[in-house]
Amino acid sequence: MFEGWDAVALARSQFAFTMSFHIVFPAFSIGLASYLAVLEALWLWTGREVFINLFNYWLKIFAVGFGMGVVSGIVMSYQFGTNWAVFSDKAGPVVGPLMAYEVLTAFFLESGFLGVMLFGLQRVGHRLHFFATLMVAIGTLISAFWILSANSWMQTPTGYAVNASGQFVAADWLKVIFNPSFPYRLVHMVLAAYLTTALVVGAVGAFHLLRDAHLAGARVMFSMAMWMAALVAPIQILAGDQHGLNTLEHQPVKIMAMEGHFQSHKEGAPLFLFGLPDQSDAKVKYAIEVPKLGSLILKHSLDAPMKGLDTVPRENWPPVAILFWSFRIMAGLGFLMMGLGLFSLWTRWRGTLYQSRWLHFFALAMGPAGFVAVLAGWFTTEVGRQPFTVYGLLRTAESASPLGAPAVGSSLLAFVIVYFIVYAAGLIYLFRLMAAPPHPGEQGPGSEAPARAAGITPAAGVAAGGAAR
Amino acid sequence: MTGSIDIATIWAFIIAFAVFVYVVMDGFDLGLGILFPLFPEKSDRDVIMNSVAPVWDGNETWLVLGGGGMMAAFPLAYAVLMPALYTPMIAMLIGLIFRGVAFEFRWRATPGKRNRWDIAFAGGSLLATLAQGIALGAILQGVHVEGRHYGGGWWDWLTPFSILTGVALAVGYCLLGATWLVLKTEGALRERAYHLSWYLLFAMLGAIGAVSVATPFLNVQYTERWFAWPNVILTAPVPIAVAAVTALLLRALANKWDTQPFFLTLALFALSYAGLGISMYPYIVPQSITIWQAASPENSQVFMLFGVAVLIPLILGYTAWAYWVFRGKVRAGSGYH
Repeated sequence: MFEGWDAVALARSQFAFTMSFHIVFPAFSIGLASYLAVLEALWLWTGREVFINLFNYWLKIFAVGFGMGVVSGIVMSYQFGTNWAVFSDKAGPVVGPLMAYEVLTAFFLESGFLGVMLFGLQRVGHRLHFFATLMVAIGTLISAFWILSANSWMQTPTGYAVNASGQFVAADWLKVIFNPSFPYRLVHMVLAAYLTTALVVGAVGAFHLLRDAHLAGARVMFSMAMWMAALVAPIQILAGDQHGLNTLEHQPVKIMAMEGHFQSHKEGAPLFLFGLPDQSDAKVKYAIEVPKLGSLILKHSLDAPMKGLDTVPRENWPPVAILFWSFRIMAGLGFLMMGLGLFSLWTRWRGTLYQSRWLHFFALAMGPAGFVAVLAGWFTTEVGRQPFTVYGLLRTAESASPLGAPAVGSSLLAFVIVYFIVYAAGLIYLFRLMAAPPHPGEQGPGSEAPARAAGITPAAGVAAGGAAR
Repeated sequence: MTGSIDIATIWAFIIAFAVFVYVVMDGFDLGLGILFPLFPEKSDRDVIMNSVAPVWDGNETWLVLGGGGMMAAFPLAYAVLMPALYTPMIAMLIGLIFRGVAFEFRWRATPGKRNRWDIAFAGGSLLATLAQGIALGAILQGVHVEGRHYGGGWWDWLTPFSILTGVALAVGYCLLGATWLVLKTEGALRERAYHLSWYLLFAMLGAIGAVSVATPFLNVQYTERWFAWPNVILTAPVPIAVAAVTALLLRALANKWDTQPFFLTLALFALSYAGLGISMYPYIVPQSITIWQAASPENSQVFMLFGVAVLIPLILGYTAWAYWVFRGKVRAGSGYH
């Protein structure tokens, strides 16, 4: 099986596949952990029961999502060695320590306090439990810090030297960690995680408001989510614009591909709204363009000259069509999110936030939009790094393990089968949890599991719920 | 070179420590998974799951540290071993996926379908354990290295010896799991686990014996390391200590003690692990690559050493706290409440 296939292409497919399935869960966990910390803080502060009900409601969903993120994450940490051994040997001395710090400062913090967060409310008291929740939330953010630093170094490598064995070594760790694209990528990704979570929370709230506009828990979560969308979506668009300008400075070829600029434009480049980029003919077919708008956005001047891919050797071109489209999907969804936020502000001002069915349908439809935008954004930045693993320095084709196509192909096939089984089941369970409305006396994962184990009676459930309050 | 010798050795011990902590912590919870089919009662299974549910995720983080730390501290070894162990590694990852999601999924499945996730938990645990044991055997028997790359095929790992180490590790993890249940449960469940511990202890002693006998045949250097004069003065205490711990373990089981069987089993693991270290040192890829050849540049290792020195004690501290929070016997129905 897989004889005659291209082993590097299979390894890339495997990375893209496993990474795409993985990234949606951290994106959700980062936002949801912070949301849970806010809910618990509000409960401790105000004592209102609705907050602890919402906390327990989302905690069960968090537990399922977090578990899926953990197991798909272990795959990632070994895949560098199994499929990308040459990359690991050469870039390991620089990228490896950043990931080791991620494990030491973030993964242990999250996993060490997760058990207490999930099952420990009655065991450790409210304040210590809140501390555990905070540690999990902070852990997810620290994790984002290190992994985005490592990723950004691969995009915009600085502070390195090359030793006699051909390995990258750090010349200046601060320059490695705080490489030029890192601050932009970190802000963009953390905001994306918050927005993604807000859209999911908003969609779940909307779903239940559509059935019962008076449901207290649904009202609170919907209102909180819509505030997030209204505030964060515009900030995210600004952050994305700044990230784009940073990319233009450090990875201009990526921007050329995102914009479909095969040709150089000496007197202002157009913005292609739509079109079909053709890599071999080096042009965008059926293009709908706005003249000079590309230069206005990227250079803040109508007539600014912009170089195109015709100034770059073809062997250094990334796949243009993927970048062109993934970027447009991401940006388009970003504006839709802002639209949702503005719509919610308008209904809030008119006092119809909990009654406007149009708003609720819109919010429900936008539930998965954050995930799609995150994936599209990562496709833009990662495919845009091609054909290199370490940008401009180490080619993807020269980074792979010395393995034949049968090995890489078989493992890819195995992961595809396993992920489809596990993720399909996980999604069903997540949807099932979200389809049930939050109710008074909502229990967390800890009280529910053992209670069911005993063959729960209503009396015991009420008692446990009473204890949770 | 003299400057980097010390730090490379320190890092070899750190990675070895991380892998050992992983074996200590995840060993028993993988063992519980393998033993799952022997406990068909749903209430027993719930208790077994609940005895590790709050800590399994932290346990597996040590595996990520072992892998990630190796890439950072010994990138050449990571780059050679991972392709050499390709199939066992993929199998381990897939096993860990199935067993990991089972912790949450079995509470979410409708009662009729819960059994599927019990099977996933048991099967995934067994697959991951066999793969880890096989990987260990494959490393011990040595891999084919060409320049800075793995130079063999993708089935080279499969030998009678690696199968033996795979089975041996599974037996050992089962004993850890059974003695963990003796520690954490009560009543009929504890009684079952207690009886299983007897069988498993003898199976584990047989496994340790078989691997110990087979290892010197792999390579003449292993034989010299263990039996040549004067090394034998330093190596002889290891089998003597194994015998002593075994005696203590037999006494603890005979007296039906709660905590000692589990910790004495851990001591057996520690001794076996020390034996592995004696066989391998100073190679990280046996007979091919030493820890100094594989080491990252000194500034990478030093950079991480700061973090390890501060953070590992902290991590051990809050991990111990998490175990303390969930201390004591797990009861059916009441769980942690």
